Amino acid sequence: MIDRIAALGRGTLDVLMAIGRAGLFLVQSVFCLPSREGFHLWLRQMHFVGVMSVAIVLVSGLFIGMVLALQGYTILVGFGADEALGQMVALSLVRELAPVVAALLFAGRAGSALTAEIGLMKATEQLTSMEMIGVDPLRRIVAPRLWAGFVSLPILTVIFAVVGIWGGYLVGVDWLGVYDGSYWSNMQDSVDFVGDVLNGMVKSLVFGLVVTWIAVFQGYDLVPTSEGISRATTRTVVYASLAVLGLDFVLTALMFGDLG
Amino acid sequence: MNDPIMVEVKDLHFARGNTEVFRGVDLQIPLGKITAIMGPSGTGKTTLLKLIGGQLTPDRGQVLIGGQDVHELPRRSLFKLRRRMGMLFQSGALFSDLDVFENVAFPLRVHTELPNAMIRDIVLMKLQAVGLRGARHLMPSELSGGMARRVALARAVALDPDLVLYDEPFVGQDPISMGVLVQLIKKVNQALGLTAIVVSHDIKETLSIADYVYIIADGKVMSHGTPQTLDVDDDAHVRQFVHGEPDGPVPFHYPAPDFYDDILAPAGQFS
Repeated sequence: MIDRIAALGRGTLDVLMAIGRAGLFLVQSVFCLPSREGFHLWLRQMHFVGVMSVAIVLVSGLFIGMVLALQGYTILVGFGADEALGQMVALSLVRELAPVVAALLFAGRAGSALTAEIGLMKATEQLTSMEMIGVDPLRRIVAPRLWAGFVSLPILTVIFAVVGIWGGYLVGVDWLGVYDGSYWSNMQDSVDFVGDVLNGMVKSLVFGLVVTWIAVFQGYDLVPTSEGISRATTRTVVYASLAVLGLDFVLTALMFGDLG
Repeated sequence: MNDPIMVEVKDLHFARGNTEVFRGVDLQIPLGKITAIMGPSGTGKTTLLKLIGGQLTPDRGQVLIGGQDVHELPRRSLFKLRRRMGMLFQSGALFSDLDVFENVAFPLRVHTELPNAMIRDIVLMKLQAVGLRGARHLMPSELSGGMARRVALARAVALDPDLVLYDEPFVGQDPISMGVLVQLIKKVNQALGLTAIVVSHDIKETLSIADYVYIIADGKVMSHGTPQTLDVDDDAHVRQFVHGEPDGPVPFHYPAPDFYDDILAPAGQFS
């Protein structure tokens, strides 16, 4: 019994210490002076983290928009409300699906790659050698990746939503025959820029920070062995996905919770 | 030893978990000389280099470089101090996304405002010194272990540091690469007048270039002196290590139950 209590205490202390390390890590990485070289490094990471995620976001956004339209139509048509299809597709995407699914895809594609890349740098002593050259890896390696994730996820989210709406149009209007005027005008009437679009963007900014933070911290803090890298990469995807889903509920409750 | 001191380690204590790695280590590294730190595998030689470089923090004791306590320095000052140090890693630790030229140019690009033409000249001079000027466009993955270590040496001395730390520079090298590296370390030391700390357990090669040697075992300095004095040292640890004797205070076997009992024990009892 005493052993179990001791193990629980040790576990709790380990978790608290990891949270403390992660917090310090974030502060030390984010708060550094911008420089011209830092900007170039950030641009390179924008390509690696952001541009290279565009294809998966485009394809996923298109299919999700198409499925939404198909599912939505079969329900709405029963109430004779199929003209509200544009409104349903747009609100679902802008408020929820675009920020959440883009973040989940981002965690799987870019997050795991970031963890593996930084972890391998640690395992091959590249981070240590950088420190010994007098260059802080938090500034040179971690900060550009963190900022790239923070900036690129909201852009990917916008791309996801736009392509999704277009996918909904293809299925709803071109295939199922919903009148295109009502598809667009209902959408225009019901989607509020501040209440829906900006709130969706706030969500994706939060997700961008959290997913990238988890990914780079897991890479930086891992045990530098092949097993350590594999575990850390898995942890990145699991923790980041759970964090996105949990935070989505919290943010949704804060943004839209007073409706009822 | 009357030379001025570059690095001083005082009463260093360090533990990893429950294992005590150092129990009061004292070292004095003279300025402009090659000092070797030797000892059997697992005695914490690399850990000692990491403590000197400020990558690990001791439980007790001090590491002074040029009079500055490495572990009392704020992060920014520590990174500034490290610009005066070079370190050659056992694996080379080259940046895998940069080619040979850019690896050597890296410290110059981040710490100096030199124009590109001058950086090019310095990098080519350093690569010429290690015999790899012609390999400047290769990526680290295209280099052999020996070549990677030579590129890493060129990078370590790119900024003409005051102090260079060599972590097991001869491990896993073929005889030709080993001979080249031994000569390079000596030449670099003489040409640049820098202070060198070589951590190694390759006795012959290390003793051939070292001016002074410390032998570490059991978390303490067992003996120190010039290579000539160590050769005739009577201490059992030193004799076993320097002459490579299998029997002595350092056991060949990791602590284990009796071999006979272990073999005859029912499955699972000693596993």
